[in-house]
Amino acid sequence: MYETLSSFAQTWGLLLFILAFGLVLIYALSPRNQGKFDKAKQIPLNDEDDAHVG
Amino acid sequence: MSGTQMQSQASTDLGGDRMFVWGMLIILAFWSLFTVARSADPLMGAHAALFLGASVIGIFAMIAHRTSGYVAESDSYEMGVVKAGVFASVFWGIAGFLVGVIIAGQLAFPNLLYFPELPWTSFGRLRPLHTSAVIFAFGGNVLIATSFYVVQRTSRARLWGGLTPWFVFWGYNLFIVIAATGYLMGITQSKEYAEPEWYADLWLTIVWVAYLFVFLGTLLKRKEPHIYVANWFYLAFIVTIAMLHIVNNLAVPVSLTSSKSYSLFAGVQDALTQWWYGHNAVGFFLTAGFLAIMYYFIPKKAERPVYSYRLSIVHFWSLIFIYIWAGPHHLHYTALPEWAQTLGMTFSIMLWMPSWGGMINGLMTLSGAWDKLRTDPVLRMMVVSVAFYGMSTFEGPLMSIRAVNSLSHYTDWTIGHVHSGALGWVGYISFGALYCLVPWLWKRKELYSRQLVEWHFWISTLGILLYITSMWVSGIMQGMMWRAYNEFGFLEYSFVETVEAMNPYYIIRMLGGVLFLIGAFIMAYNLWRTARGDVREKEYVRDANIAAIPAE
Ligand code: HEM
Ligand code: HEM
Repeated sequence: MYETLSSFAQTWGLLLFILAFGLVLIYALSPRNQGKFDKAKQIPLNDEDDAHVG
Repeated sequence: MSGTQMQSQASTDLGGDRMFVWGMLIILAFWSLFTVARSADPLMGAHAALFLGASVIGIFAMIAHRTSGYVAESDSYEMGVVKAGVFASVFWGIAGFLVGVIIAGQLAFPNLLYFPELPWTSFGRLRPLHTSAVIFAFGGNVLIATSFYVVQRTSRARLWGGLTPWFVFWGYNLFIVIAATGYLMGITQSKEYAEPEWYADLWLTIVWVAYLFVFLGTLLKRKEPHIYVANWFYLAFIVTIAMLHIVNNLAVPVSLTSSKSYSLFAGVQDALTQWWYGHNAVGFFLTAGFLAIMYYFIPKKAERPVYSYRLSIVHFWSLIFIYIWAGPHHLHYTALPEWAQTLGMTFSIMLWMPSWGGMINGLMTLSGAWDKLRTDPVLRMMVVSVAFYGMSTFEGPLMSIRAVNSLSHYTDWTIGHVHSGALGWVGYISFGALYCLVPWLWKRKELYSRQLVEWHFWISTLGILLYITSMWVSGIMQGMMWRAYNEFGFLEYSFVETVEAMNPYYIIRMLGGVLFLIGAFIMAYNLWRTARGDVREKEYVRDANIAAIPAE
């Protein structure tokens, strides 16, 4: 049990995490998302109405 | 969505949440009644009585709420629970800092503050009271209050779950009271930062899952297409703490009416589980949660968007991927296999980069508006906080190197590191958020007094500096004395000589703590006057005059 788990963690597990992190980097850095992020960073500043939702 | 639809959705919301709260109160009442009657030990009896009292109060509160006929306006934000959280944060903050000063006094003047006939005043019981009061009571209430505020405002949606957020607030604070009274009576399962026993842990699990549902439910109803980055940090904090709490507290109680339990883990597995928990409590409670505050409150207060949204995403995911592996740096030179220690050390060093990325992101948000640091003490407090975040996340990786840790471990250097993170980072970002929230929540234009914020800032900053510099000196000195050999190969100093040498630094640390506590009192007064709607006229009138001159 320990052997199987640790050998999985040290090979495929590691690879999986690196790939997943690579996807995050692609998502964060891709120029296609620039517009979306520019809008997102304004979210806290855009809401003025204190009393009502929306 | 039309008005009537909103109305009906809100009322079904209310049905489910009432049932949930009633269900919890009734189960709690029955369990505690049964346990009061049959408790296996007096400590359990006392706690069951406390639970019973709380559930009876809860039941009365539910009846009062019902008869008052109160119906929430579904198109407004739920800010009552945020206000309650602000109160609780200030209260627990002062309590926790006060106990910190007391235990610092006990270390500085051990004879003066030692009362053998009063076991609950002993250092061993007050220390966990301090750590839990500052981290879980103060920090936890700040996080619950700010997360409920931020998730509503950035989703443009009312909190999900009707009364459930209130259940989370009161349930969490009941857990705090159970934990705190337990330490004083001597109940502990001896896991640092996870001292409460099994029944308190179970209660916290229920409360925490309810918290997760409220948060997720609000995100799901959001009217904003994108989930703002602060919410990602809050969510990571909530989910990870749930996971850590459940795994580290797996235990078998001696009986259903006993306050004692035995952990599922033993030996080195226990140690690793505990520090996997302990380090990620730092990473996700004391870091991720407060980073969420940074990503909302600094841009809001500076009236500028965060420096780089991209960087915030990379910051978030790097912390998620890396933090979870760093725990073994608490177990250098132990029975833990060396490869695991090396793994912990490597990941700790890797943490340095994303942490500084986050710090830069926070600081650079001010670029082009640096003059605000001079005029706005609240913003300055938050920026100094981010600088302390940078300092402690530089110091941490350094201390995780095995050779450095062989000097720093067991010494006051660790205590200095803890408090540069705790007072500087966690404390200041929380104070900043509270100074922002009170005028916003109570709809005041300004704080009662900006001058008092200046006083708070400078007094506490002096306090922090006294605290951490004295601990560095004392810690490194202590470590060097422990490893000093004379020419015959014997230890140069006896242990008690090293203790004596530390005494002056303990006194300085205590003074630093007193200053920090005074600062907190100033804040409490200022916030109180602000909430009441007072303004310190002469300050603002004078400011207005100065501003008027160039216009003439
Ligand atoms: C007035 C302010 C404070 C004072 C005077 C103070 C004092 C102390 C003292 C004397 C200890 C025990 C050190 C030892 O055993 O050698 C301690 C431990 C600790 N304090 Fe504080 N404290 C203060 C504020 C805070 C705050 C705001 C936090 C967290 C947000 C915090 C977190 C901790 C933690 C986590 C420990 C345990 C450290 C360890 O086990 O390595 N403290 N504090
Ligand atoms: C990159 C980030 C960090 C790393 C790598 C790190 C690393 C470390 C190391 C190596 C220790 C000493 C362990 C020992 O010798 O027993 C430690 C202790 C500690 N650190 Fe950090 N640290 C970091 C950031 C922080 C921050 C930001 C805070 C607080 C807000 C914090 C709070 C603590 C606490 C409470 C302890 C004491 C644990 C105990 O009770 O023994 N750390 N950290």
